Amino acid sequence: MLLINCPWCGERDETEFAYGGEAHIVRPLDPDALNDEQWADYLFNRSNPRGLHRERWMHAAGCRRWFNVERDTVTYKIKSVYKVGELPPGDAEVTSGEGEV
Amino acid sequence: MGRLQSGGRINRDQKINFSFDGKPCVGYQGDTIASALLANGISTVGRSWKYHRPRGIVGDGAEEPNALFQIEDGAHTIPNVRGTQAEIYEGMVVKSTNAWPSLKFDLLSVNGLFARFLPAGFYYKTFMWPQKFWMAYEHMIRKASGLGESPRLPDQDHYEKTNAHCDVLVVGSGPAGLMAALTAGRAGARVILADEQAEFGGRLLSDRSQINGKPAAEWVSAVVAELSAMPDVTLVKRGTVFGYHDGNFATIAERLTDHLALADRTGPRERNWRVRAKQVVLATGAHERPIVFGNNDLPGVMLASAVSSYLNRYGVKPGQKAVVFANNENAYQTVLDLDDAGVTVAAVIDPRVRPRGPLVSEAGARNINIVPNTVVVEAKGWGKLSSVIAKSRDEGGKRVVHVFHKINCDLLAVSGGWNPAIHLLAQSGGKVSWDDNKHCFVPNVIVQPQVSVGAANGSFTLQQCLAEGMQGGLECAQAAGVKAEAIAIPETAEEDYLIEEMWRSPVGKKPWRGPKQFVDPQNDVGVSDIFLAAREGYHSIEHVKRYTALGFGTDQGKIGNIVGMAILAEALGKDIPSTGTTTFRPNYTPVSFGGIAGPEIKGTLFDPVRKTAMHTWHEENGALFENVGQWHRPWFYPKDGEDMHAAVNRECLATRNSVGIMDASTLGKIEVVGPDASEFLNRVYTNAWKKLGIDCARYGFMLGEDGMVMDDGVTVRLDEHRYFMHTTTGGAASVLSWLESWLQTEWPELEVYLTSVTDHWATAAVVGPNSHNVVSKVVQGIDFDKEAFPFMTSRRGSVELSDGSEVAVRVNRISFSGELAYEVNVSANYGRAVWEALMAAGEEYDITPYGTESMHVLRAEKGFVIVGQDTDGSVTPEDLGMQWIMSKTKDYLGRRSLARADSQREDRKQLVGLLTKDPQRVLPEGGQIVATPSGEIPIPMLGHVTSSYFSACLGHSIAMALVKGGRQRQGETVYVAMPNGEMIPAEIGSTVFYDPEGEKQNV
Repeated sequence: MLLINCPWCGERDETEFAYGGEAHIVRPLDPDALNDEQWADYLFNRSNPRGLHRERWMHAAGCRRWFNVERDTVTYKIKSVYKVGELPPGDAEVTSGEGEV
Repeated sequence: MGRLQSGGRINRDQKINFSFDGKPCVGYQGDTIASALLANGISTVGRSWKYHRPRGIVGDGAEEPNALFQIEDGAHTIPNVRGTQAEIYEGMVVKSTNAWPSLKFDLLSVNGLFARFLPAGFYYKTFMWPQKFWMAYEHMIRKASGLGESPRLPDQDHYEKTNAHCDVLVVGSGPAGLMAALTAGRAGARVILADEQAEFGGRLLSDRSQINGKPAAEWVSAVVAELSAMPDVTLVKRGTVFGYHDGNFATIAERLTDHLALADRTGPRERNWRVRAKQVVLATGAHERPIVFGNNDLPGVMLASAVSSYLNRYGVKPGQKAVVFANNENAYQTVLDLDDAGVTVAAVIDPRVRPRGPLVSEAGARNINIVPNTVVVEAKGWGKLSSVIAKSRDEGGKRVVHVFHKINCDLLAVSGGWNPAIHLLAQSGGKVSWDDNKHCFVPNVIVQPQVSVGAANGSFTLQQCLAEGMQGGLECAQAAGVKAEAIAIPETAEEDYLIEEMWRSPVGKKPWRGPKQFVDPQNDVGVSDIFLAAREGYHSIEHVKRYTALGFGTDQGKIGNIVGMAILAEALGKDIPSTGTTTFRPNYTPVSFGGIAGPEIKGTLFDPVRKTAMHTWHEENGALFENVGQWHRPWFYPKDGEDMHAAVNRECLATRNSVGIMDASTLGKIEVVGPDASEFLNRVYTNAWKKLGIDCARYGFMLGEDGMVMDDGVTVRLDEHRYFMHTTTGGAASVLSWLESWLQTEWPELEVYLTSVTDHWATAAVVGPNSHNVVSKVVQGIDFDKEAFPFMTSRRGSVELSDGSEVAVRVNRISFSGELAYEVNVSANYGRAVWEALMAAGEEYDITPYGTESMHVLRAEKGFVIVGQDTDGSVTPEDLGMQWIMSKTKDYLGRRSLARADSQREDRKQLVGLLTKDPQRVLPEGGQIVATPSGEIPIPMLGHVTSSYFSACLGHSIAMALVKGGRQRQGETVYVAMPNGEMIPAEIGSTVFYDPEGEKQNV
């Protein structure tokens, strides 16, 4: 069971959290400017990397705040935890799921 | 067989009476079932599951494949208890399993004669055809195989869970584990030491090693005493670490009462520990493995280490005349143990050309008959061991030559070496590698903060165990941030682990000829089955496991897995590392369901029950309840002799003709507050909110981003920046989460606060033409004139209670029935009082309480949908014919998806009304709709019935359905297909069956 470091409450068991899928998916500001394929891409398509994955978690049985996690999908190791609206600590160049395996 | 005159760790002053298959037996405190049975001269303890061959005790711990018993009867019964680990207690009832009709006379042992016809995969080959016979086959197989019986009565025990955190979790209390715990403990680390046995000491309890020149047991006692005195060290005995998960999270099943007489048991039966450890020391020891030969499953064939255990720890002689068959130095300790206990050692059969080592020399010095370069090829005996056949090997050791030894004996102690218990390491994500000198898998890669020490690390000598334990405890304490120092490693004798590889005796025949050679006794998997699987193309160990059943069952192959992999490697002509292991999964040993469920298993704790403030009134007035999520809602209120149909008809008619009252408290309620609340609602609802007046209400649809209807409800504007949102009863929690996620992650710039107030308010819906008269009589401070208090508005007032006190209420004039209706909201504490005031005021109008069933009929008569019943996550507002609710002038969640081509298809399923040709016939909800009553099967399906009732008010049945292109089919006749082949004709029409102009709610 993962031990997740909620940025508001500290380390808690995974069972207290809800998973929210891939992070940093931005809702298009003008949905009408997108064609159907682009809209479907926003709506349905998610990266499924082997390695580092940025994802959303919510402390459902605690502060109920959403935050972001960088987690390795192979080892399940959590690399970092950061708040909504922030970038992963010390990192701006990792853009896809290619990480350590 | 029998008890030695002295020795062992049993308490000879404390006799314990128990029974085995009804026969009275006597043991001592400290005995396991297995040791006590051996002391009572019982060697055959069960039958094998496939061939029903007699089986005896093989091991002395978790690896035991055969000695599985049913303990006790009735509610206390436990199946498949390992007799090698379960302690006996006064009055214990032990029964053998897997023997039908009895252990001595087993009808099915005849299977053994047909062994050649029951090879690996015989289920797949034999019982697949003809299919209709499968049930009969299965019945017989279940009877013939199966292990113990599940309890049929509710569990009388209770269970608890505990969460714990520590610096260092030490798993196993042998020499390595004790040293680790002592090193970390002395440094002041928070330590948990868990061991599955009743005593700490591990293997030291079973051998006669010396530590610091004294019996090891004395050293164990001293260390345990020191650890017990440390305030930050927790000792958990009878606690099996059965799972090792991500985040250094380990689970321990601590058995608290299973060793006590039934009458002496108090408190919980098991405690399930959930431990978060900064560091874990795996000192899990090792399992001895056998060498495979013909008839190696005869009772009397045991592991050498188990023989030593029974002699040294339990003071029991497992036989009178023994042969030892071993390929390693370690097993010669058993030779010496037997000799010292007065058991004749007829021969030591050693496949090695030149056995050497201090223990070999000691055995030689005692003139024990050591026969080198020789293997046991077959065990002989009728029901139990009476002799062994050994054959010498040629000089190269490749094959047997015809030098033949037949040795009479009743005990054969076998050792093929040791396998480190890598189960927890593997569960935690660690990897192992093959050690070519020790011929076993040893830990290689770890991914969690842990260390393996001692035998678990492939270090089999006592000196190595003590040294590695100390080092492991030291490193883990330091890694956990504790300042720790090395401690002195006790003195022990010099030893060495000398072994030569041997998995199965070269018997001189093809594996499928001659007597059966068992690899996994619990699953009756033999060498021939593994060769057969390889011949039939199963080359992956995972496939061979599933084809042969190797490594399944309660022991999970602790005896046979590695041996089986080695034999598969031989059959495939590969080496062991490239053959690999199967996956080690939790649980290490079987764990009770009760322990996992914990206290939540009992009664109402299992799932919370939610009741409204008026619940007791409903109970007192005869309501029947239905569960809606966790809520218990009144379903209907039958009067004398009424069935549901009659009660609902009466309730509906009373409501339409005069006045009804319903408890609407369970609807989800969320307060939406803040300067941006209107903007927020604009984004999450399909319709516009900014122009809604204060004290006005509006019905809204919430869509997912895919454009599908997710929830609906009425929202009231209480103030400029304050809204009161209603959600569906079942959707309250998910809607709150949905709104929170958008506010926090996408629109943090909006200043909006959400509060769930579902439980704060009780709501009574007063419905029907006389509702005005009832509510206006009870509620003061509101002008109930229809112009002053129009439909879809909200007013504040007060109600005077029977004790003269006044309570504030909010009355919403909204309707889910099409009737004139008022919903009276009051602080939940006053829910029942206000309800009773309304009932009293309504008496003159024969006010009738109604439940969810009548509510459904009333809303369906009006064509009002229920999200989740008339929709299923693939339905847009347009599909429901509710284009009017979608704003064209603003964006909202899901809007863009409605413009997708698929959302615009004309043949989408659309909501329609259905009227059966037979007005009395009520369609089944979920019934499939087709266009023609006959034709070639499969007839294309057009849709299904979503809601269907009998309307007493209209005098006929009504239904709603989702039908492809339904709105274009007005007036068409369709058919609802019944399971019996009947086709019920119905005509498609409007969803609004009653008061289509909507006059009633606006009076």
